[in-house]
Amino acid sequence: MTPPGGTRMALGDYVEIGRMDELGRLDTPVHRLDARSKAIATVAFIVVVMSYHRYEISALLPLSLYPLVLITIGGLPPGYLFKKVIIAAPFALLVGVFNPLLDRQTQASIWGYSISGGWLSFGSIMIRFVLTVTAALALVGCTGIHRLCAGLERLGLPRVLAVQLLLLYRYIFVIAEDGLRMLRSVHMRSTGTRSPGLRTYASLIGHLLLRSLGRAHRIYQAMIARGFDGEIRVLRPGRWGWSEVVFTTGWLAFFAVARAWNLAEALGRLLTRT
Amino acid sequence: MSHHIVAVRDLCFAYPDGTQALKGISFEIRHGGAVALIGANGAGKSTLLLHLNGYLTPSSGEVRIGETPLTRQTAALARRAVGMVFQDPDDQLFMPTVFDDVAFGPLNLGLAREEVERRVGRALDRVGMPHLRNRPPYKLSAGEKRAVAIATVLSMEPDILVMDEPSTHLDPRGRRRVIELLKSFEHTKIIATHDLELVVEVCPRVIVLDGGRAVAEGATSEILDDEPLMLAHGLERPHILRHQHPHI
Repeated sequence: MTPPGGTRMALGDYVEIGRMDELGRLDTPVHRLDARSKAIATVAFIVVVMSYHRYEISALLPLSLYPLVLITIGGLPPGYLFKKVIIAAPFALLVGVFNPLLDRQTQASIWGYSISGGWLSFGSIMIRFVLTVTAALALVGCTGIHRLCAGLERLGLPRVLAVQLLLLYRYIFVIAEDGLRMLRSVHMRSTGTRSPGLRTYASLIGHLLLRSLGRAHRIYQAMIARGFDGEIRVLRPGRWGWSEVVFTTGWLAFFAVARAWNLAEALGRLLTRT
Repeated sequence: MSHHIVAVRDLCFAYPDGTQALKGISFEIRHGGAVALIGANGAGKSTLLLHLNGYLTPSSGEVRIGETPLTRQTAALARRAVGMVFQDPDDQLFMPTVFDDVAFGPLNLGLAREEVERRVGRALDRVGMPHLRNRPPYKLSAGEKRAVAIATVLSMEPDILVMDEPSTHLDPRGRRRVIELLKSFEHTKIIATHDLELVVEVCPRVIVLDGGRAVAEGATSEILDDEPLMLAHGLERPHILRHQHPHI
């Protein structure tokens, strides 16, 4: 019996998360940078992108340089990242989808077509969404989640949160597999005439929770057995050299310039003048 | 002070729900000995193991590691001496990379960085997995996971190794590797398992548990060969002892 599409899809996703980890272990100039420099630049990038006026579109475009550089130098597969962005896209769509209906005032016109504020702000939301999510994915892809967590921790993220993030990431795979196995057994035993009811799924989720609790308990035992006292200690060579300084200050400067002047417009003016 | 001796006296334990899991178990394991704990499911093997590093505290009776009675105060000390390998390696490998996992124990011991690196290298060499150093644990095969789980404990340089089902979920080659590894350890070993052929190869002594009691204790070749005894306690006489022709 072939498992129904849902199962296969979920399994595919699961394997894909593992791929992010593999990307994180590549060895490129951006991968070699200290996680902190990339985290600072990316957070600054997100803040700058979010700070624009809601109708802004053209000024946002030059900022795409940052994720593009990370992806290109980091050797990340653009198609794979794009698929990940698409997965999250419904959230952004939901946020912006009513803008064209609510805000019908004309804000701009291109080649005689008038564009309402709603469409502008919708476009702006989508561009910001693509930029920020791509940058965040590129950050994880060219750093690796564990180096990223260690970097964030050294930047002042509370250790408990960093450790939680790491454990969450580690056990997503295990628990997803647990869930998939249970789902498979449900499918194996359903005749196909009727889809398993809500009750079945409720019970399945309940069992998954109980299993996860049991698992958490055993992991804690294993940690205790190796002298865990509430603090996770990790050996990380931290180096903040010239390349980190150049990377961070360079990008911060670029973001500041891009925020202060509309580079796309400036470029356009420059081109039309000559 | 030698930590290699484990002594358990009149150990009783009841879970909070009232289940009496251990009903007065006593035994003593000397330096370098290897003892198997065998018994049917629910006989109390895992509960007993969790007492040996102070994770569970007995309702009555005591556990001694070396000369020190195991209490809440001495538990931290006991955990240095007793390395525990759990049944499911996924429970034991929780760090992002194999290196971090093997380094977890030594770092908790407060060792210096170079010493931690040295111990991690040695433990991974010891289990034959130095090439896995930078891999994430969830990517490993079951056999590799098991070997790395053992390395996470070896890096703490314990005197006593306590293992729960070290050979489950392994293919024959992986199982063989674990058996050879266990045989090569000079530590005092306590192994809870259903794998009776492993017991014959690794442990000269065996304790049979049933219903929270130690019902038999003695030389492996004698106890495991006693068919009525084995059957009475949900076990069986392993094939390897059935005939005298060489099996290996």
